[in-house]
Amino acid sequence: MSTATVESQVRGGRRRFAVGARTWDSIRSKALGLWAALALLYLFIPIFIVILFSFNDNKGRFNLTWESFTFKHWEHPFSVSGLSSAFANTLEIAAISTAIAVALGTFMALALVRYGFRGRSATNLFVFLPLATPEVVLGAALLALFLTINVATGYLTIVIAHVMFNVSYVVVTIRARLEGMDTHIEEAAMDLGANEWTTFRKVTLPMIAPGVAAAALLAFALSIDDFVITNFNAGETITFPLFIYGAARQGIPAEVNVLATMILLVAVIGMIVNLILQRRKASSERPVVLAPAGAPING
Amino acid sequence: MDSDVTAPPADGPDIRLDRVVKRFGETVAVDGLTVDIERGAFYALLGPSGCGKTTTLRMIGGFEDPTEGTVFLGGRNVTDLPPYKRDVNTVFQSYALFPHLDVQHNVAFGLERRKVGKNDVKKRVAEVLEMTQLTGYEKRKPAQMSGGQQQRVALARALVNRPKALLLDEPLGALDLRLRKQLQIELKRIQKEVGITFVHVTHDQEEAMTMADRIAVMNEGHIEQAGSATELYETPATEFVASFLGDCNLIDGDLRSRDGVVADFRTHDGAHLRVPSERIDPALNGSPVRVGVRPEKLTLLPADVPAPDGANVLRGRIEIASFLGTAIQYVVHTAGGEEFTAIEQNRLGGGVHSLGPGRDVLLAWDPAHSILVAKGGTHAGA
Repeated sequence: MSTATVESQVRGGRRRFAVGARTWDSIRSKALGLWAALALLYLFIPIFIVILFSFNDNKGRFNLTWESFTFKHWEHPFSVSGLSSAFANTLEIAAISTAIAVALGTFMALALVRYGFRGRSATNLFVFLPLATPEVVLGAALLALFLTINVATGYLTIVIAHVMFNVSYVVVTIRARLEGMDTHIEEAAMDLGANEWTTFRKVTLPMIAPGVAAAALLAFALSIDDFVITNFNAGETITFPLFIYGAARQGIPAEVNVLATMILLVAVIGMIVNLILQRRKASSERPVVLAPAGAPING
Repeated sequence: MDSDVTAPPADGPDIRLDRVVKRFGETVAVDGLTVDIERGAFYALLGPSGCGKTTTLRMIGGFEDPTEGTVFLGGRNVTDLPPYKRDVNTVFQSYALFPHLDVQHNVAFGLERRKVGKNDVKKRVAEVLEMTQLTGYEKRKPAQMSGGQQQRVALARALVNRPKALLLDEPLGALDLRLRKQLQIELKRIQKEVGITFVHVTHDQEEAMTMADRIAVMNEGHIEQAGSATELYETPATEFVASFLGDCNLIDGDLRSRDGVVADFRTHDGAHLRVPSERIDPALNGSPVRVGVRPEKLTLLPADVPAPDGANVLRGRIEIASFLGTAIQYVVHTAGGEEFTAIEQNRLGGGVHSLGPGRDVLLAWDPAHSILVAKGGTHAGA
């Protein structure tokens, strides 16, 4: 057999195989796209319904069937009695409990990562406990505690409860950031004349700042969201989730949809801003080692 | 504080460690170390990993508290002072640059802590960046620089403070060979230029010999021997030093006789080896010793040629002869069972000439080149 024949056969064989593979690839990628679209649809339909029904001109108390399009709920979203105070309570409690949890959690994470002390591993375990315990157990246990020590449930106990579960999330988030940090960097700061506090302010904090920000966002979202633990410890105080739960029996006003859409919008805008900042940061920190000294850096 | 601890005079050594011990739990990292480092010296702490050299450096910098003993900087007891109250600066192995600050602010960090005026900071940063060839990189973040450039930033950040002493913890360890060689010479130049004490920790004997005026060879938490590169190489005090700095052929020997000039040792296979009497450290005092010689000091002769007068001679058979270009390296099996390495300069050309594997040879050397060390790795009480 001549080399030419062998070559052409091999080439022909490859071509047939290549065509088959390409068809299969295209089917596969289309199927994957369809599957992904279905999954996204499943995720987004409920959110879409919430937004859509904020524009529904509903008849009667219930906002469950589509009637016609209106802006009237968006004109006075805080007009429903009790809703605006519940919403304000939720935002306030979220802000306060986030601030306290981040302040406590940051230093707890520092202590757990940087210092060896008696009971460190036990503390590590206890910090994880609120994440693993069912909320209903935590809520009930807290209520039992408040009853035992004679603290009336209300605004203050909600804040205490939220700080409690948020601290765990904050510690876990910031601890992960700290563990990836070279301890020599803090030693270098002290070597250059910075005492412990200056080292924390000028070096440690800027380096863990992304972790602190992530922890704060997480804590804020969890606090806004929480129903179960809050429900046990709320007393007379009404938060946004509690209001919706209470309203569900007699018909949820469309204004709830409006506020929910607002929260969603704020979150989406925050995500977009974050994405833009990350992109800009990535392009300005791109290694440009080969450029000559003094050359301008792109971005 | 111990009452018998005396502070060195102000014009004395820049750095003094007095009987310093550091224990981590059960492990003894530094074991009763005493060392004086002269002002303006380029001092290397050389040793294998785990010998305590980095711990020693960290105790000078203030990052580790000694379990026992005292640390003096410029005549002042600083044992209990934190790093930010010590007039020394460190260049870390990982550079430890501040990732969120650009080069300008990294270098200015120490000056800003000392409340140096804005214009002075600018001037001094510009000066030190020029010295370390970093002019034009002021606005770069560490992540945008190569390893060699980051190393220079770390050096500039320490030097700009004009410390009493600069501590360097394996500063070139992460760089490739070519860059390392280049920075070795540059570090040496900068040290001459600024004239401050450099304490350099390394496990690379060649690096220590290239750069340092004085080298302390460390092993298991203590100093085996300190001296110039020449002293350590030509007259090592211990077996550890002899084999850590370059290759060394060693053979057990018993002292037979000695006079003021020459001591005569007999090896276990009956050969007589002469060693200058001055090499016999009184501290050895009858303990078992080994006689040795560096590979390049050996001459190989065919076994049937008479040995030169007055030379130390051992008989052996060549096992391997390797052509290295500038030299030929022989591995010789001696009559007593030791393996000796010999290196002959390639003066004649033609590679492995008459002396191939299997040939019986004489290993001859000038008694003045003999090395005498205590048997065993460590030198008690050093």
